[in-house]
This record gives sequence, C-alpha cells and structure tokens, in this order.
Amino acid sequence: MDNLQTYLYISAILFSLGLYGVITRRNGIAVLMGVELILNSANINFVAFARFGGMNFSGQVFALFVIIMAAAEAAVALAIIINVFNNLDTVNIDDARELKL
Amino acid sequence: MENIAFGLIVAITLGSALMVVMTQQLLYSAIALLFTLFGVAGLYIFMWADFMAGVQIVIYIGGILVLLIFGIMLTNKISSVNISHTSLQRRVGAVITLGVLGFLIPMITNTSWLQLSSEEPAQTADSIGRLLMMEYLLPFEVASLLLLGALIGAAMLSRNTN
Amino acid sequence: MTGDMLINYALGILFFPLISFIILIFVGKRLPRQGDVVGIGTIILTLILSLAMFGSMLLSHDPGFRHEASFTWIDLGDFEIRLGFLIDNITIIMLLVVSLISTMTHIFSTKYMEGDIRYSRYYAYLGLFTFSMNGIVLANNLVSLYIFWELVGVSSYLLIGHWFEKDSAADASKKAFLTNRVGDIGFFIGLMLVFTALGTFNYAEVFEGVAKGAISGTLLTFAGIGLFMGAVGKSSQFPLHIWLPDAMEGPTPVSALMHAATMVAAGVYLSVRLFPLFTPEALLFIAYTGGFTAIFAATIAITQNDIKKVLAYSTISQLGYMILAVGTGAYVAGFFHLVTHAMFKACLFYGSGSVIHAMHHALHNLKDHDTDPQDMRNMGGFKSKMPITYWTMLVATLAISGVPLFSGFLSKDAILAGTLSFASHHPQHFLLPVFGFSAALITAFYMFRLIFMTFHNQPKLPNVYSDIHESPKPMVFPLILLSSLSVFIFYTLPYFNPLSDHGWFMELIKAKDSMVPGSPSAHDIAEGMHHSHTLTMILSILVASLGILLSWAVYIKNSVSADNWSKRLDLYYNLSLNKYYFDENYNKYLYQPFLRLANRVSYIDWDLYDKYFINGFGHITKWLSSVTGRIDYDGLDQTIVDGLGRSMGKAGSSLKEIQTGRLQNYMLFALFGVIIIIIFQSF
Repeated sequence: MDNLQTYLYISAILFSLGLYGVITRRNGIAVLMGVELILNSANINFVAFARFGGMNFSGQVFALFVIIMAAAEAAVALAIIINVFNNLDTVNIDDARELKL
Repeated sequence: MENIAFGLIVAITLGSALMVVMTQQLLYSAIALLFTLFGVAGLYIFMWADFMAGVQIVIYIGGILVLLIFGIMLTNKISSVNISHTSLQRRVGAVITLGVLGFLIPMITNTSWLQLSSEEPAQTADSIGRLLMMEYLLPFEVASLLLLGALIGAAMLSRNTN
Repeated sequence: MTGDMLINYALGILFFPLISFIILIFVGKRLPRQGDVVGIGTIILTLILSLAMFGSMLLSHDPGFRHEASFTWIDLGDFEIRLGFLIDNITIIMLLVVSLISTMTHIFSTKYMEGDIRYSRYYAYLGLFTFSMNGIVLANNLVSLYIFWELVGVSSYLLIGHWFEKDSAADASKKAFLTNRVGDIGFFIGLMLVFTALGTFNYAEVFEGVAKGAISGTLLTFAGIGLFMGAVGKSSQFPLHIWLPDAMEGPTPVSALMHAATMVAAGVYLSVRLFPLFTPEALLFIAYTGGFTAIFAATIAITQNDIKKVLAYSTISQLGYMILAVGTGAYVAGFFHLVTHAMFKACLFYGSGSVIHAMHHALHNLKDHDTDPQDMRNMGGFKSKMPITYWTMLVATLAISGVPLFSGFLSKDAILAGTLSFASHHPQHFLLPVFGFSAALITAFYMFRLIFMTFHNQPKLPNVYSDIHESPKPMVFPLILLSSLSVFIFYTLPYFNPLSDHGWFMELIKAKDSMVPGSPSAHDIAEGMHHSHTLTMILSILVASLGILLSWAVYIKNSVSADNWSKRLDLYYNLSLNKYYFDENYNKYLYQPFLRLANRVSYIDWDLYDKYFINGFGHITKWLSSVTGRIDYDGLDQTIVDGLGRSMGKAGSSLKEIQTGRLQNYMLFALFGVIIIIIFQSF
C-alpha cells in the first residue's frame, strides 16, 4: 500500500487488460473503453510517481492533462464511430475495411 | 482496516476491468467500466491525490462514461435487448498481452525505484492550481485549444450532412 | 457633292441592302409582316441616296466627273491588290437604275408574293442581290467586280430556285448557275491575262497599260474576248443564252429585276466599262455576237406562247442590241439602251406579272390547276378588265418597238446609227445593220403579238375571263411609274425633240477613246453616227411600223392567218418553237459525251487504278503489318514486356494477403514488433 511497486503492478495489469480489449474487441465503443483503461493505467503511474517522488505535484498536473486529452479523444472518437455507423450501419471496426484494396 | 479497504479497491478495479474486456454485453462493459473508474479514483485517494480523485469522478464518470453510454445507445436499436458484442483473435491477443505483461512485471520487480519520503499535504488543489497557472500555463492554454478543437471536430463529424 | 460625301453615300448604297439581308435571313420570320418592311425600308434609303447622287450629278453637269477611292486589300510585298470605288456618271446612273428597279420590285412583291412560304427569305435574297449588283457597279477594279459578279450569280441562283419544290425551278437555277460558270471561266482567264501582263486590276491603270502598249496584239484581243465571255454568260448572249428563258421559273418580280433590267445588264455594263481595252478584232467579235443574238433571239420570240418566255427572248434580243452597240464602238448608245430598256422591260415584266397574278387567282377560284396561267393562248380581251396594266404595257411595248415619242426609239436609233456608220466604214460587215434592223422589225411584230393575244380579241377561256381583276395598288404603282419613265422626255431634258437623243444623258456620258492604238477615235464614231442619223431614223420608223402593222394584220384583222403561215414555213416554225433545239443539241453533243467521258474516267480511276493499284498497296501493307504485328505482339510483348509485368503482378497479389484491412490486425503486428524489439533489447 505504501509501496510504489504495488501501484505499478496494478497499473501494468490494467494496461494489459486495456491492450487486450483494444486488440480483441470488434465493437468500436468497446475498443474505446479499452483505450480508457490504458489511459487510466498511465494516470495511475503518473500519480504514483508523484506520490513516491517527494509529493511532486507535476505528476498530478500531467494526469490532469491526460484526463483532458481523454475527454477530447472520447468526444472525437465517438463522433467518428457515429459517423461510421451512419455510413456503414455498423460499429464493428472489422467491417470498416476501406483500407483494404 | 486500511489494508482491507485497499485490497477491496484493487480487487474492484482489476475485476471490473477484466469484466470490461471480457463480457459479451456491451452495456455490462460500460457498467463495469464505471466500477473500474471508481476504483482508480479510490487508488488516487490512497496516493494522497484527492483533487485528482474528484476530477476522475467528475470527468471520467460524469463525462466520458456518459458519453460512451450515449454512443452505445445511438449505435444500437433500442428494441434489441441484447446489445452483444463479440471478440476476435482472442488467442493471439491473449498471447501478445501476456507477453507485454510478462515483460512489464519483471521490469517493475527488478528495477530499483527511487523513493522519496514525504508528508501528506494539507491540500492538493492549491498546489495544482499554482502549477497550472504558473509553470504549466502554456500547456494549460494549449489544452483548452485542444478541447475547443475537439468540440468543433466532434460537432463537424457527427453532424447530419443531409 | 464632295468626294468624301460621295464615298459615304456609296457605302450606304452598298451596305444598306446587305444589312437588310443579314437581318432578314436570321430573324426575318420573327419580325412583323415577316420583315418585308426591313427590306423595303433599306431599299428606299438606298434609293434616296442614289437620287441624291443623281441630283448632284445633274447639278454639277460635268461629263468628265470621276472620283475614285481605294484601300489595300492584300499586301504581300511587291504583290498588292487594292479594292475600291469608282464613281463617275455611268456609275451614278447605273446605281439609280438598280435602286429604282429594286425598289419597285420590293413594292410589287408585297402583293405578288403575299402568303408565300419563304416570304422573308425572298426579301433577304432581294437584299443580297441589290448589294452585289451595286457592288458590281461601284467596283473600280476587276477583282471586286469579279467577286460581286459571282455574288450576283449566287443571288440569281437562289431567286430562280425560290420555289425549289418544283423540279423545273430547281433545274433552272442549276442551269443558270452552271451556264454562267462557263462564261465566268472565260472572264477569269481574261482577268488573269490582264493581271499577268500589267500587274494591276484597277481599270484606270489597266487602260494606262494598254495605252502604253504593255499588252497588245493577239494577247490583248484574247484578254478582251475572255473578259467579254463573262458578259456573254451574264447577259445571256449566244451561245450561252439558254439559261435566261429557263430562269423565268423564278418569281416574276425577280425576272423583272434581275433577268430583264439589272443583272443581265451587268454584262453590258462590263463591256461598257472595259470598252477602252478592246482591240478592233475583239470588238468585231463582240459586235457579231451581239448582232447575231439580237436577230436569233427575236426569231425564237415570235413563236413562243408563254408570256414570260416571249419577254425572256425579247430581253436576250435587246441585250444583243446593247452588245452590238459596244461592238460597233457606239457604246454610249448601248449604255443608253441599257437604261431605257431597264425601265420598259421591267415595266413589261411587272405587267406580265400582273396578268399572271390575275390569271392565277381566277384559276385558283375555279379550282383549275391544269391550265397554264402564263400561256397567252388562254388569255385575250383583258383590256377592259385590266385597263391600267394594259395601258402601261402598251406604252412599254411602244417603247421597245422603237416608236417615236418613247425612250426606246432614242436608244435603239442610236444603236442602229452606230451599226450603219460602222458598216459604211467597213462595207464587208454589212450584216451588222441588217441584223439590227431586221431584229427591230421582228421585235415590233412579236411585242404587239403579245399585246394583241393578251389584251385584245375575244377571251379564249370565258369562265376565267369573267374572274379577271385589276391588280392591287402596290402592283399597279410600279407599272405606272416605269411606263411614265419610258417616255422620251425623261432622257432628252432640257430639250423637247422626240426625234433626237440630244439631252442630259448624252451630254453627261461622253464616249472615251479606245486605249488600243489604231482604233477609231470617239469623235470619229460620233461623227459617223451623226451622218447616218437621218437615214437610221427613217429606216427604224419604217421597220417598227411594218412590224406593228403585220402584227395587227395577223392577230387583229386575221387577214393573214398565222396558222397557214406556220404550216407553210413548217421547218422554220418548228425550229423557232423549239428554240432551234439548242437544249437538245447541247444535251446530245455536249452533256452526254461529257458524262460518258466522266464515266470512262471514273471507271479508270475507281475500277482500275483504285482497285488494283491503291487497294493492292493497301493489301500488301496490311499483310506486312499483320506479320510484324504477330512478331511484336506474340513474341516480344508476351514474353518480355508482359512477362515482367505478370511476375510483378503475381508477387504483388501474394503480398497483398497481408493487408487485411483490419485495424486490429495491424495493431497486433505492431505489438508483435514491439515485443521482438524488447526481446532483442534485453539481450
């Protein structure tokens, strides 16, 4: 509990779960959730390093920026997903295969 | 008592995170994400970051999660009860993920982390506010521009072109 | 009137009708009254300008008046062609004649052509014709003369073929155009002979060159005859006379304007203009052509029954007179006859138009479409029904017959005096005055035959006769005006002697000396004419009276039976009735051999040359190219060029499998790469 490594382990596990979600999920929104998990794991790292680095608030500020960025990313990503849904009638990202020739 | 609470919070966080990526019901994923985010907020409190915990609840749960649920609702028909979602390339994904984890865990274990002792601060919002307004003023302003851009961009993208 | 003003007037006279043509041809149908007001308006403007020029000419009273303006058209270093205007008294009188007759035609046509399907186009073509005719008159050089000459031919073609639904009209227009072409080839040869010898087209410079002897002898004779060939075609002289009678297929006002008064007179005008360059030999040729045409056409006119055909042959005959006058050197008399003839012949044509119009309406009311409204055998006794037409036509007939008090007497007399004087100098050419006087006799005979058959005697078709009416005012007005202009007084003012042509006309138009060295001077010719004047007068009054009396005896008194005489002179009668079989003989001995020759040539060209030589080459080339094509395609392309491409394509398509289009696959690959890097890093 008062140990940096505990938090780093939690963060690493959270990151792996997020990564797994991003790779395996077909639904775009679920992929987005995985991204949120990854961002949260990064935030935990920031805050943890701030807590065990002599209570340096810069880490918390960075975490704050990450949250801001996450909000923006979620808004844009959802807009894209809704656009995809309007155009292709699905949010499954493997159906959106316009990249393939 | 504290250890029990900490263990509970960690369990809720990791368990619900597992549920987010595993469950077949999209809405369950969203609900599980709610618990994960709450858990992370709890972890912030354990790390003396009460302001961050508040921000986490307000922005993540109040904003982003609601946004996600709206997204789920907008992209599925209300009448379909099971808003299911399947996964693909599970086995390969699991292997790769475990490979990453298998690299991270030894690294965390083996690294000798620098740890400075410190007192629990009386208040955190004050210090964060100073930093934002003085040292990180430029990133702060850029972040506001980013939000504005995202706002306009999201509106642009999702607007009905017809 | 100053020179610049004259040029401005001339520009107006030239281009107003062209403007009318352009407006009418494009938007004529959409204008009120189908746009005839535009045509009439512009032609009246033209007439006013011509009258102004004419008035100023009378006031200044200068026989030597001459104004010229030109601009450079083509400038290629040493080679330069200048176009421009030449305005002298001849030009001004011609302009007035053209504008006046054209105006009359425009007015006459409002009723005559009423309800025609191509009414506005008809007026457009009239505008085009007036433009080109004025262009001929105003030209100061042979090139622009030639250009407008051809334009006149085109408008003639268009107007003869106005009712092109009728095969006869379409054929007649083609015949007119092609026959004119024959003459125009001669014209062009003459033009080029003159240009190669003198390097200029300008009249004055050409005459100067001739006077200096830069071109002389046989070459000049040939150049003159070549240029005269244009006149032979346009003025319908023997042997190219065949188109003019057929041209009567066009509307009658057009016949009056173009095929009687102005266009056919263009040939005479050309001869008058170019008179100074004709050698005595060329003039002799001209004189015999004209004289023979005069008598020859007159003999055909006797037996024709179509009212317009009679007038057509009469026109050819009268044009022959004018040409004869040019040939004998009395070209001023020829030009005088051109002007007087324009008036009375246009009047005769309008009269015939009026009669045909009345006949047509009467037949139309009877629903009779088989009877020919132009055949004089179907007429008779119209005098009481159409008094104005009768009296005006009578005046014009008296004028053409050469009866004193009328204009024709004066001009014909001058021509005949010219021939007599010529024959007295050259007794071996006694035939020329004989041609002249006998043509005058026959003219008087057949013209009164026309009048008697149409207006006197008992009506041949009583039911048609009862429906005949005088024509409406716009048709009668030109008749009255032009018949009044056939009275002598308009040409002899300020003198009142009906027996002498002495007057403003002869004072303003003075004969010029021929530029060819050795020709008789203008003074000599005038002197000769003066000496033979009295004899001519007596003789011509005699032959005119004889002709009229004979006609009266045959067609009114019936004391001489035309039928008996025609039977007695069976051979001659048939020759004349069939126009000496000219069309048939041309067909048999000219057109058919030509067609056979053309067929033969086309056989050689197409069946022999093309088939074996050209196509043979083609076959060989095709075979060769198929061989090389096989080598190129099957050999080179398939193995080397295509082979390379195909192997690349195969490599690409196998590599393509990696690209799944799934985002998450790509991410997986990326992570896989990351792990590999990490593994490598840790060792």
